[in-house]
Amino acid sequence: MPSSTMPPLVHNDAACRELARRIRIHVIHMTHRAGSSHVGSSLSIAELLAVLYRSVLRITPETIEDPDRDRLILSKGHACAGLYAALAECGFFPVEWLDDFYHDGARLPGHATAEGIPGIEVSSGALGHGLGIACGLALAGKRDDRPFRVFTVLSDGECDEGSIWEAVLFAPHHKLDNLVAIVDYNKIQSLDRVEDVLGLEPLADKWRAFGWATREVDGHDVGQVEETLRGVPFEPGKPSCLIAHTVKGKGVSFMENTVLWHYRSPQGEEYQRALDELEATV
Amino acid sequence: MRTAFIETLTELAAEDPRITLVVGDLGFGVVTDFAKRFPKQYLNAGVAEQNMTGLAAGLAMAGKIVFTYSIANFPTLRCLEQIRNDVCYHNTNVVVVAVGGGLSYGSLGMSHHATEDIAILRSLPRMTVVAPGDPFEAKAATRAAAAGIGPVYLRLGRAGEPLVHDKPVPWRLGKALTVRRGEDVTLISTGAMLQTAVHAADALATEGIGVEVLSMHTIKPLDTEAIIESARRTRRIVTLEEHSILGGLGGAVAEILCESEVRNVRFQRIGLPSEFGKHIGEQEYLRKIHGLDVDSVIRCVRRMWEGGLRIHKDEHDGATFDRAMPIAKSA
Repeated sequence: MPSSTMPPLVHNDAACRELARRIRIHVIHMTHRAGSSHVGSSLSIAELLAVLYRSVLRITPETIEDPDRDRLILSKGHACAGLYAALAECGFFPVEWLDDFYHDGARLPGHATAEGIPGIEVSSGALGHGLGIACGLALAGKRDDRPFRVFTVLSDGECDEGSIWEAVLFAPHHKLDNLVAIVDYNKIQSLDRVEDVLGLEPLADKWRAFGWATREVDGHDVGQVEETLRGVPFEPGKPSCLIAHTVKGKGVSFMENTVLWHYRSPQGEEYQRALDELEATV
Repeated sequence: MRTAFIETLTELAAEDPRITLVVGDLGFGVVTDFAKRFPKQYLNAGVAEQNMTGLAAGLAMAGKIVFTYSIANFPTLRCLEQIRNDVCYHNTNVVVVAVGGGLSYGSLGMSHHATEDIAILRSLPRMTVVAPGDPFEAKAATRAAAAGIGPVYLRLGRAGEPLVHDKPVPWRLGKALTVRRGEDVTLISTGAMLQTAVHAADALATEGIGVEVLSMHTIKPLDTEAIIESARRTRRIVTLEEHSILGGLGGAVAEILCESEVRNVRFQRIGLPSEFGKHIGEQEYLRKIHGLDVDSVIRCVRRMWEGGLRIHKDEHDGATFDRAMPIAKSA
């Protein structure tokens, strides 16, 4: 059972869609001002973050120290602009902190850090770390009979890391049904398409074969994501894996499905066009 | 040391339910009793050191005091980034325990020789590095680490080392122990070389050379005060470690001495050459080959007393290790 300090969760598709849109607008502003990128990686998880913070995670700015809060670990730490934006929008820290993201002397670095940033559980940036840490947290929760759940968001490229598969093997053996791995399967990794670098298919079958209760969703359909994530654990006694089929760069037409926007920073006319497209979305 | 460690940890686990032992599928016959007595405080993570270390950090984030345990380089180098990013950056109460420091696993070969670990781990921010000198020190070090003081690397020898301290000593983390007093040469030892250091000092005493022996069980934070105080008196420092001469105890002491105000100190490192061993054999045999046996240490200290130094030629160019090249006596 959730602890008494946790707020009731509200089911609201429109609010989630609006939060996702606001996350995207922040991401464009932040990466523009910073001259940084990983834009596409942040845009592909906007709905996932929105649903998690709006209607799944039992955590609020008031409960960030509560030992029974749910934990979210962004294992794909390079998409931190999206996470920072989600946390700021949900009141974990002032939205103004986003303004100097990545700049000299700023609070928010280019990969997620937990140092001094309320709401960030685990610092990441090196791929393949989040799921192992999540396993430890979830195991502690089981052993101590605590109610919290642990969610971690992985990238598809990250699934190249051997350490991921060590953890994938571990969690079902220990029946960690308080653990949820969400794979942002946007099909594009750093240098090329996933299928051309190191193919992951059949990805869902791999997770199932290791013993995870696995489901696949359209990662941009907030209703589907919400309904699925609110149903964890998918099977009692098993960790849950959600393969979220997403589009890298989602929401900005010319960024969608391109390798380029893993690295390119929105400037000039591109910056304006990206904002115009997002502002026009309702 | 291994026995002292697990016995102490077993006592501690009975007192403190936060104490958790996570092994990487190693410790046959060592961890069995612990596992049986404390099933909720024990975990075999399998042959998966990256995950072992990452999940140890996660367990610690949820309030546990976690000991990861494996042998040689497996709990350290294999998962170094997990130690750096997950354990150290998050300042977690994770104690990385390696059994088989140095050449303990002699004949098992290069893969099982932990000979660069101190250098690598002491460079990590927030990491405390401890290499106890005997089973008594191992016990004290385990207790200190279990208090929840952030990341610790606990480098143990093997099982069955003799006690060097014949009576209880006031062991404190970060404080060198003076095991022998002397005014002529200071011999600073870390880890299981302590017994060798003491034997060498006792032999040299019969020749009239007073060797002060410091057990530098804590390499980080280093007891700079003890080093400088002793250097001021003896003006001759020799370091002794079962580790590469690069970056370990010798390197750490050299850093302190070079930046200190004490001048005219002769300094000598005794350690392993920075190369992969060509010899096969048990620990004692390998120590002798590399000048880490009592006789070699005696010769080295005596030579320094007489004004000579051993020259390491191999550090950067991979040339042959010259174990005994005296230089002209100092004026």
